[in-house]
Amino acid sequence: MPEPLLTLSGVHTHIGQYHILQGVDLVVPRGELSVLLGRNGAGKTTTLRTIMGLWKASAGSITFDGQDITKLATPDIARLGIAYVPESMAVFSDLTVRENLHLAARNGPMDQARVDWIFGFFPALKKFWNYPAGNLSGGQKQMVAIARAIVEPRKLLLVDEPTKGLAPSIVQSLIAAFRELKELETTILLVEQNFNFVRSLGDTVSVMDDGRVAHAGSMAALAGDDELQQRLLGLSLASHQ
Amino acid sequence: MSASLPLASTDTPLPAAKRDIAPLLLIPVLALLMLPLVGSFPTWVTLTVAGLAMGMMIFIMASGLTLVFGLMDVLNFGHGAFVSVGAFAATLVLLPMRGWLEADSLLLNLGVLGLAVTLAMVVTALLGWAFERIIIMPVYGQHLKQILITMGGMIVAEQLINVIWGAETIPLPLPTSLRGAIFLGDAAIEKYRLLAVVVGLVVFAVLFLTLNRTKIGLLIRAGVENRDMVESLGYRIRRLFVAVFAAGSALAGLGGVMWGLYKETLSAAMGSETIVMIFIVIIIGGLGSVGGCFIGALLMALVANYAGFLAPKFALVSNIALMIAVLMWRPAGLYSKSRG
Repeated sequence: MPEPLLTLSGVHTHIGQYHILQGVDLVVPRGELSVLLGRNGAGKTTTLRTIMGLWKASAGSITFDGQDITKLATPDIARLGIAYVPESMAVFSDLTVRENLHLAARNGPMDQARVDWIFGFFPALKKFWNYPAGNLSGGQKQMVAIARAIVEPRKLLLVDEPTKGLAPSIVQSLIAAFRELKELETTILLVEQNFNFVRSLGDTVSVMDDGRVAHAGSMAALAGDDELQQRLLGLSLASHQ
Repeated sequence: MSASLPLASTDTPLPAAKRDIAPLLLIPVLALLMLPLVGSFPTWVTLTVAGLAMGMMIFIMASGLTLVFGLMDVLNFGHGAFVSVGAFAATLVLLPMRGWLEADSLLLNLGVLGLAVTLAMVVTALLGWAFERIIIMPVYGQHLKQILITMGGMIVAEQLINVIWGAETIPLPLPTSLRGAIFLGDAAIEKYRLLAVVVGLVVFAVLFLTLNRTKIGLLIRAGVENRDMVESLGYRIRRLFVAVFAAGSALAGLGGVMWGLYKETLSAAMGSETIVMIFIVIIIGGLGSVGGCFIGALLMALVANYAGFLAPKFALVSNIALMIAVLMWRPAGLYSKSRG
C-alpha cells in the first residue's frame, strides 16, 4: 500500500453545541483515489471542511504530507497543495469562468497548456469562457468547480458529492475526468453517496456513520463482497442504492 | 497530459449573459421626466447638476461602507465617524494654509486642497485600521453587537473631536477659485459642484477598474460572494478585510472633506447626520454593490433636489419614499449581491 498522504487520527469536530465528528480515523494513500461513503448527516462534509480548516478539530490530529495541519488556517492548508471542491460547488457567480479559474491560479498566469487540457475534459468551459459562471447550468458549474481545483497541479483534491443532481451525461464526463486524474497519480478524496459512481473509480473506501468511520478497506473488496456491501449498505447506504 | 476523453455535454442551452441596465436608466428617465415639471430649462440644468454633485459626494462617503458590508458582513454604524474625522483632519491643512486657499490661483487652491484630502485619507485609513482591530474584530458575525459597539465608537469619536477641535462649528470657506458659478446659457452651475462631479466620477472609475480589472478586485468580488471558498483557494481574506476597511474609511474621509466644503461648515455631528443618508443609499443600491451604491446615491440626491424645488414639504420624506419605492420593485436593492 502506498504511503499515506493524509491521515486523520481520532478527529473530533464540534459545530456549536453539536458533536459532529466523534473520533474519525482516516488514511488517504498517496496517488490513489479514496472514497468516503455514508448517508446524509454521517459527517462526510464535516470531515472535508475540518481537513480544510473551515471548521476546527476540537480533538485529534490531521497530518498532511508529514506535516501536522490540525491548527493551520485554511489559506495555509490550501497553500500546502490541497484543493477543495465543496458540495455547493461555490463557483463565484458574479465572475466569469475565466476569472474563476484565474483566481485559483495562485502562482501566476494560468498555464495555457493546462487550460487546454481542462478544455479536453470539459469543452463547455471553452465555449462559455467569458460568461458569468452564475449563468451556467448545474453541471457546467460543477465543471468550473473541478476545473478550478485542477487549474494548477495540487497534491490532494477533496471533492464533495460531485454528481449530486447532475444529468447522467455529465456524470459520465466526471467519471472520465477522475479516471484521467487518477492515471496522473493525483491523490483524490472523493465524498459520495452514489456507490455506482465510485465503485469503478475508487482504490480505497471508507464508510462513515454517526461521525465515525465504520469501515475502511479496498474498493475492490467492497465491490466484490455482496455480504459486506449488504451489511454496510444496510447500515448506511440502503436508501441511496 | 492527454485529453482523449468523452466530451462533457455542451448542448445545455446557456441563458444569455444578463446586462441589467434598468436601474441605470432610472437616472436619465427621472431627469427627463422632471424637465416639464420644472418648466424652465436653465433651472432644470442647475437642479440636475446640483443633484448629481450631491449624489457624487454621498457616493464617495457610502462606497466604503457598502464594500465593508458586502465583504465583511459588518454593519458599521460608526462609518460616519470617518466622515467627521476626515473633515476635521483636513482643517489641519486648510486652516493654517488659509492664505493659499484665498489666493487667486487655481493651482495653489487645488494644491492645498490636495494636501488636505491626502492627510484626511491617511488619517481615516489609519483610524479605520485601528477601528477594525479594536472595535470590529471581537464582534465578527454578531450583528447586534456590531450595531451597538460601532454606534458607541461613533459617539466616542464625536466627543474626541469636540475635545480636540472644540464644540463650536468651524467655518470652512471654499477656495477662491471654486467659489461662484459658471453659466451655460442661463443655467448657473456652481464650480465646486462641478469639481464634486469630477471627483465622484474619478472615485467610481477607480473602484470600478479595481474591482473588475485587477486580481485584488476579483478577490474582493469573490469574497463578497463566498469568503470560505476564497480562503480555500489559499488567499488570506482577513488581510483583505483590513485593507478594504481601511480603504473604505479613507473614502469616507475624502467624502467628509468634500461634504464639509460643500456645507462650508464643520461640526462633530456631521458624521452622525449623514449616516442615515448613507445607509439609505447602500440599501437602495443593494448591500455590497458599488455600482448600486453609485446609482442609489445619484437617484437619492436628484429626487431630493427636484422635490425641494417642486414640493418642498415632500423633500423631507423623499429619501424614505424613494427607498420604499425601490424596495417594492427590487426587495434586495437595485443590484443585490448573493452571499456565501
